[in-house]
Amino acid sequence: MASSIPASPSTEARPAKPLSPWGEAWRRFRRHRMAVVSLGVLALLVAAVVLGPFAWRVPIDAIDFSATTQGPSLAHPFGTDDLGQDLLARMLYGGRISLAVGIAAMGMAVLVGVTIGALAGISKGPLDAALMWLTDLFLSLPQLPLLLLLIYLFREPLKAVFGPEGGVFVLIVLVIGLFGWMQVARLVRAQFFSLREKEFVEAARALGATTARVVWRHILPNALGPVIVAGTINVASAIIAESTLSFLGLGFPPDIPTWGRLLFDSKDHLDIAAHWALFPGAAIFLTVMAINFVGDGLRDALDPRRVL
Amino acid sequence: MGAFILRRLALALPSLLGISVVLFTVLALAPGDPFAELATNSNVPPEVRVHLRASLGLDDPVALRYGHWLVAMLHGDWGFSFISRIDVTTLIWQRVPVTLGLIGASQLLALAIAIPVGTLSAVKPYSWFDRIASTVALAGFSLPTFFTGILLILVFSIKLDWLPFVYRSDVAATGWHAVVEHVRQAILPVTVLGLFQGAGWTRYVRSAVLDVIRLDHVTTARSKGLPERRVVTRHVLRNALIPVVTLVALQMPAVFGGAIVTEQIFRIPGIGSLLIDAILRNDTPVIMGVTFVFSVLVIAFNLVADLLYGLLDPRIAFH
Repeated sequence: MASSIPASPSTEARPAKPLSPWGEAWRRFRRHRMAVVSLGVLALLVAAVVLGPFAWRVPIDAIDFSATTQGPSLAHPFGTDDLGQDLLARMLYGGRISLAVGIAAMGMAVLVGVTIGALAGISKGPLDAALMWLTDLFLSLPQLPLLLLLIYLFREPLKAVFGPEGGVFVLIVLVIGLFGWMQVARLVRAQFFSLREKEFVEAARALGATTARVVWRHILPNALGPVIVAGTINVASAIIAESTLSFLGLGFPPDIPTWGRLLFDSKDHLDIAAHWALFPGAAIFLTVMAINFVGDGLRDALDPRRVL
Repeated sequence: MGAFILRRLALALPSLLGISVVLFTVLALAPGDPFAELATNSNVPPEVRVHLRASLGLDDPVALRYGHWLVAMLHGDWGFSFISRIDVTTLIWQRVPVTLGLIGASQLLALAIAIPVGTLSAVKPYSWFDRIASTVALAGFSLPTFFTGILLILVFSIKLDWLPFVYRSDVAATGWHAVVEHVRQAILPVTVLGLFQGAGWTRYVRSAVLDVIRLDHVTTARSKGLPERRVVTRHVLRNALIPVVTLVALQMPAVFGGAIVTEQIFRIPGIGSLLIDAILRNDTPVIMGVTFVFSVLVIAFNLVADLLYGLLDPRIAFH
């Protein structure tokens, strides 16, 4: 009776032919209506920022003092800022950066998290203890102050190496990734602990598989579900982290209009140009919410514990 | 009980030491030289600079420098601000109460939202209330604090002109009016931070209550004929809130992040806005001090959560 609460109120008839694991996951994902809608919204957003600049060919830095802080109009669907720059063009460009930062930082966090979690999960004893102590230490670090500190200290030298845009991008991805791997590591370790005692792992070991092969072929693929869910949520928090840094004026430089940077620039003009803040803010909100809903749907589909 | 507290304090020390190592490593690895300004100053001859470096121990091995730094930090000698020439400790102590007040008030608001909403959601899972509450919670959780802050300023300060959006510590009023003014200017920031945390915690409370409500002792309580309200408050909530305490403590780093942003939006003179100001003005001693204070606060809150956990859950023995 303990698990009598259904994942969804509608109890559909089971399909006649057996589904592959991914087909089964997709079937469960589809039952989460908000997740499906969000997947569509997300696809639209990605298509807009990837393809949009080809369709909307207004340059992001064309200054026009005859049209400053104007509300939405036909010439400027999202209005203009205090220099008369077109906000739609700037948002399409900034969206690329925000999404790229989110995905790259997630990739880094998952890579570090899976490595540390797998190392801790497969080795018993002192290595496991040390790695978990490190994970707990990172979990109790105040992230935003440290992010700010790292950016303050390392921004100039990286700029010199990778150029003003590339340097800040690399730095922001590295530091956000550096503070995002702990949940993944804990999840992977927990999965490893339960999986490594399973019969099929024992069977593989009895057949003479090396530890590396057991981990790579047998344990990791089965531990993937929660990692995918955590990774999805990680993209959302990385986007928020990047926007926060830019909003505090410590992220990307002013000529790179990420969504957070647009909000930072707009916040002193709220009384005369509310649209300037509303559009990028809504874009961040919509993206993050869509990713969180997709993550929720994926949890229903992939996470065997399915608590929520 | 005393022994338990002592043992937890002993466990917190390595974390504190670890954080101090992380902080110092970051500073030591960082390129840039505190003497860069002297290098460009033609009034300071190079040999004086070299002598100064040596006398301040900048040429010592890293481990020795860490030792010196740690001893100085422990003595309360945190240096002085490059900008205002005030002791870092004085500067921070002036501002810590404001930040703690903001965080405390918003935590109360968040709990006042999360516990009732989360519980009601979990008592009738997948009901209409639950679906709406869960959707709103996820939406609120996705609204970054800086955008909520701007939205609230737009609506309540600019359109409606009900509340001030710049926090002033020197309110031009006396007596009751001053109190009212202080409360009025605190409403927006506390709401911003409280809503953000409340949304996240609603999800925790919901899943914690869901876990407990299926247990046998709840069925027993119901079959004894206890009224549902009593079952939920006494038998479910009491148990469900235990893990929530830990989750709340784990969220503290994110809460501090939100507090920094909120202080910056509403120009509240707390340690968060002190940190941003210091970073924008390259005031390294203040940056280090504030970051360290934030770390200590996070660890302190974790410690408090552990103690509360022990108090709430009699199964955790104090030995």
